[in-house]
Amino acid sequence: MNHLLEVSGISVSFDGFRAINNLSFSIGTAELRAIIGPNGAGKTTFMDIVTGKTRPDEGRVIWGEKSTNLLKLNEAKIARAGIGRKFQRPTVFEDQSVAENLMMALKANRAPWKVLFWRPAPADHARVAALAEQVGLGDSLERKSGELSHGQKQWLEIGMLLAQEPRLLLVDEPAAGMTLAEREQTTALLVDLARSRAVVVVEHDMDFVRRLGCKVTVLHEGSVLAEGSLDHVTSNPKVIEVYLGR
Amino acid sequence: MKPGSLAKNPSVLTFLLVLAVFTLGVTVLSDAYGSGLISTSMVKTLGKTLCLCLIAIAMDLIWGYTGILSLGHFAFFGLGGYMVGMWLMFARTRDIVLSSAGGALPMTPQELSDAIATQIFGVVGTSELPAVWAFAGSLPAQLALVVLVPGILAFVFGWLAFHSRVTGVYLSILTQAMTLALSLYLFQNDSGLRGNNGLSGLQNIPGLEAAGQDALSVWFLWASALALALGYMLASFIVSGKFGSVIRGIRDDEARVRFLGYSVESYKLFVFTLTAVIAAIAGALYYPQAGIINPAEMAPIASIYLAVWVAIGGRGRLYGAVVGAAFVSLVSTWFTGGRVPDLNLGFYTIKWVDWWSVLLGLSFVLVTLFAPKGLAGLVDLAQGLRSPRRGGTPLGPDDGALQEREAVE
Ligand SMILES: Nc1ncnc2c1ncn2[C@@H]1O[C@H](COP(=O)(O)OP(=O)(O)OP(=O)(O)O)[C@@H](O)[C@H]1O
Ligand SMILES: [Mg+2]
Repeated sequence: MNHLLEVSGISVSFDGFRAINNLSFSIGTAELRAIIGPNGAGKTTFMDIVTGKTRPDEGRVIWGEKSTNLLKLNEAKIARAGIGRKFQRPTVFEDQSVAENLMMALKANRAPWKVLFWRPAPADHARVAALAEQVGLGDSLERKSGELSHGQKQWLEIGMLLAQEPRLLLVDEPAAGMTLAEREQTTALLVDLARSRAVVVVEHDMDFVRRLGCKVTVLHEGSVLAEGSLDHVTSNPKVIEVYLGR
Repeated sequence: MKPGSLAKNPSVLTFLLVLAVFTLGVTVLSDAYGSGLISTSMVKTLGKTLCLCLIAIAMDLIWGYTGILSLGHFAFFGLGGYMVGMWLMFARTRDIVLSSAGGALPMTPQELSDAIATQIFGVVGTSELPAVWAFAGSLPAQLALVVLVPGILAFVFGWLAFHSRVTGVYLSILTQAMTLALSLYLFQNDSGLRGNNGLSGLQNIPGLEAAGQDALSVWFLWASALALALGYMLASFIVSGKFGSVIRGIRDDEARVRFLGYSVESYKLFVFTLTAVIAAIAGALYYPQAGIINPAEMAPIASIYLAVWVAIGGRGRLYGAVVGAAFVSLVSTWFTGGRVPDLNLGFYTIKWVDWWSVLLGLSFVLVTLFAPKGLAGLVDLAQGLRSPRRGGTPLGPDDGALQEREAVE
């Protein structure tokens, strides 16, 4: 077995409502996976559990070669273990410049004492500039990120994700608010990234998922309804009923 | 600090320059070293104001930058004052006891300690030296306690509060409760710190009696200015680099900072403890100039005033905090000193001594509503910087996207 992340039998309830119901999921070290499902299927909640934001009522989340139990770690430790996350709404630090946002995300020691005395080396400036270039913000380095357009904020957040150099990327609806050209660029980037790491993409847009050309997991009412190639799942009658048929 | 970072922060240089000119100016106008245009009591007021500016910097770090509205920093300020006050009172009383014993037989240590205790604690009806005064005879020990006592209190309190993820207004209430508990405790006669009498006579520095108050006041002004300069440089070092980015990130969206792998709790604890220590040092310099400290100084209202100063000055930038503290505390001294003529409205006479807090509260509300950048916003105005006007409906589906009117501009 060569799994980077293995989630088994997790459930979580909010005020009696079962948002995740006995969900199991696993992903390999260099794999691209799309998760689709109707609104409220539990896709974001699933990411919340993996990243430590929400504690499941039951189940296990196992990470990496050493089989670390992620449920024992807090958000910051999980992030340092190598899980990066892009939120559904773009969340960047609006009061700070693009460069500052990227610099903060750059992989480095996160301990307060180390950060206090850390000053960027020329290599760090170069890396930030390269990342900004990669996400199309090369000439906006000094701009406050609050001034960016919605699509640019999405890109900045992707840039921050890359700066962290995570082993697993959880990407929640990256294409929202992007133009068609930007969507195509995003797909290309995600496919490229998945060559060296694991990438999980949540997306509603079927064309987007088709371009990813990867295995698809369909979530419904907090558990897996179907899994396989896009054509395989879209021909599944249950999937058609709950998701595509409407 | 490296010269490079100074050059990148012209505001630090400007600040140090202004502070140096101010200190020099007061010195040459003082009674002790100059023309005598500024009275000794005014020199003391100015020296105390510098200490208030220092604690305002601490408040700006914890509130303006890290987003934690602490209503407890004046408690740390007071504790710093008590720690240094204990030595001042003990050492001076010891001198008095020894000299009044005159040529009599030398006293045993026990007799000496009892005699001092009777002098100090007579007012609260005891003649035994409480355990907390164990180190009061040693200046280095009490100076270490200035840092250690508030530092450890802040660390323990902060650890408990931050690790249980208390945030926002609940955290403010918790810090206020801590302050209230501490001041109520100190009000008790058996707290070992003379209850509501507090410590007094702190303006007399044992060993320096010969210097006289007019010279001492100038020395304390210098010491306060030096502490303020160092505090300002330290604070600007902290907020300038990646650490500054992280704490501002915590202020704006702490969950996001966690997902970047930063342990938000450790950062908060670090800043909370550090600023408590800065506040304590400011207090240790303040109270020898004030001459007296009592638990009323640490009442929660003092910490609320501190928040008001920083808000009026402009939080989130260091010189804003300094300007706010200096301006508001000096104006407040003027108003509450009873020297402002009453305003006769015919049907009612406004006595400023009573109405000052209303005026202050009103300006706080107005600043918060209409000038969130505070007095420091005037600097932006002068430099022609203006934040983009945000109006119209968002262009993007989410908050924070470019707004229509901006896009047109
Ligand atoms: N913190 C919470 N408290 C209460 N209910 C919650 C909470 N988080 C999620 N839910 C509920 O759990 C369900 C699953 O939500 P989730 O956000 O995971 O859905 P989703 O699949 O991401 O949907 P979308 O496609 O709209 O983003 C929803 O019904 C939501 O209302
Ligand atoms: Mg969602």
